[in-house]
Amino acid sequence: MTLLNFTILAAKVVLVMSVLLSTVPVLVWVERRGSAFIQDRLGPNLVGPFGLFQPLADVIKFLFKEDPIPIEAHRFLFPLAPLCSLVPAAVTFAAIPFGDTIELWEKTIVLQIADINVGILYVVAFGSLGIYGILLAGWSSNNKYSILGALRSSAQMISYEVALGASLIGPLMVYGTFSLREIVHLQAGHWGILLQPLAFITFFISAFAECNRLPFDLPEGEAELVAGFHTEYGSIKFALFFMAEYLHMITISALTVTLFFGGWQLIPGLTPLAQWMGVATYPTSIGLSLLQVLSFVLKVGFFLWIFIWIRWTFPRFRYDQLMAFGWKILFPMALMNIFLTTIAIYLKWI
Amino acid sequence: MMTYIGYSHYLILSAVLFTIGVFGVLFRRNLIIIFMSIELMLNSVNLALVSISKFTQSADGQIFVFFVITVAAAEAAVGLAIVISLFRHKQTTAVDEINLMKG
Amino acid sequence: MIWHTIIFWILAVLCVGCALCVVWQKNPVVSAVFLVGSFLALAGLYLNLQAPFLATIQILIYAGAIMVLFVFVMMLLDLHHPFDLYFRFTKPKLPKTIALGLFIWLLCALILAPAFPLAFPESGQSFTVAQIATLLFSKYAFPFELTSLLLLVAMVGGVVLAKKK
Repeated sequence: MTLLNFTILAAKVVLVMSVLLSTVPVLVWVERRGSAFIQDRLGPNLVGPFGLFQPLADVIKFLFKEDPIPIEAHRFLFPLAPLCSLVPAAVTFAAIPFGDTIELWEKTIVLQIADINVGILYVVAFGSLGIYGILLAGWSSNNKYSILGALRSSAQMISYEVALGASLIGPLMVYGTFSLREIVHLQAGHWGILLQPLAFITFFISAFAECNRLPFDLPEGEAELVAGFHTEYGSIKFALFFMAEYLHMITISALTVTLFFGGWQLIPGLTPLAQWMGVATYPTSIGLSLLQVLSFVLKVGFFLWIFIWIRWTFPRFRYDQLMAFGWKILFPMALMNIFLTTIAIYLKWI
Repeated sequence: MMTYIGYSHYLILSAVLFTIGVFGVLFRRNLIIIFMSIELMLNSVNLALVSISKFTQSADGQIFVFFVITVAAAEAAVGLAIVISLFRHKQTTAVDEINLMKG
Repeated sequence: MIWHTIIFWILAVLCVGCALCVVWQKNPVVSAVFLVGSFLALAGLYLNLQAPFLATIQILIYAGAIMVLFVFVMMLLDLHHPFDLYFRFTKPKLPKTIALGLFIWLLCALILAPAFPLAFPESGQSFTVAQIATLLFSKYAFPFELTSLLLLVAMVGGVVLAKKK
């Protein structure tokens, strides 16, 4: 680990984390204007042009608000819980490749923070650590609504985690590797969704439940549980929970794109553009790398918009419907996908 | 401390963790903390197995750890089910007070 | 090589510190949180020993599933009645002094142990998932099938034991 390698790694970490954390305010704005558009109203349009500075105003409000801590709340766990929610959501992005290589000063830099050979497992493992933030927040608040929301939410998350993991076995069998970089390389011809449509459906629906987004929003159900597990949290701690939820959304979208939609492989219309621009020589041109990063960003943005679109279109599941759906419909669907994939691989269709 | 890390460091660390687990089992009254100390002991054994696997350059130690983790998961599930049913009867989790064979 | 040393000491101190806090806390939920910290430090140690598959499996199963089960059960049981006494065997002093002495001896052994003659071979080969899987499904296929049966039995047993009559 020479000094140059370390500097490159540190630069990548700083770049990716700053991009992630600054995508969150953009996502807040898109959600508020997008939801307003879907609901046929205006949304924030006073703070800055088109309301673009609204997230900034929100951050300033959060910084200056009073930070309430209930008297009976647990002194150590109450402030720890938002961090337990934020850190796994942020760290998970480290294994996701956002571009191919880039050549700077005769050094080939891989556009991925850590190319571990157990990439998919790493992402699922740190995703499963996100449950602690919710459990600890609900329990340490010493409040009935909080603990009910926390218990419901963690039961939902562990149930759908099973379906998530099982749905990932199909792509694993097809690609034959855990490493996300190789999976993107293997999608150069056909994207993953053509090989594993059922896995994509199961994965995407489980991902909604993992992020606690509508239609699986019952733990935060505004009409039923005050605010669920983050009832007693205000100001900065609430902002951290909010940020953790959006970061989790971004990571799950990035993972969906990487596994099923070709990762940083160019969007179909961009290859002629690359050839027209004269940057299509593979693998050493910076223009091509930037186009690949742009493809990745556009695809992730598309899926984030789908998250927001579905949130403001569907009603919420009831708790028993939610658990029945996860265990009795999604998990057998994932198992059926494994079965069908095995047959397809045996018959050499895939 | 400026010497390089060898096999013996990992084994002694495993022994230290095992000892802490044994202290937890012997000296605590709360049944769930005793249970957690047992998990700590299992993990110390896992660490020893992984370092043996690295030292002898064979993957068998890692397979063994895989099985230990699985068995620990099964044991935790059943053990906690027992704790739940015990708590329903006695309303306490102090091991000193669960001293009747009846019920 | 120097990175291995620094990372080992940091993770070892974290692991032992969290383990001591597990045994020392009054509140079982805080104890569980420290145990999770200990497991994460252990996962780092597995990475240091070039076992990335086991490190992620440790986080996924131990820290992500088993400890969630523990915390869940503790929240469902509502155990916040404070005990009058948290530790047992407080009266006989001799076993406690012997135990403490043994522990301090082990800690000194850890700090002062030399790497030679038991140094790790320098090859630094880490086992890929493919190698582990090949071994698992060929040489250890029978324990593998038995383990799946064990998990089924544990699942059924857990449900039966915890059901309300």
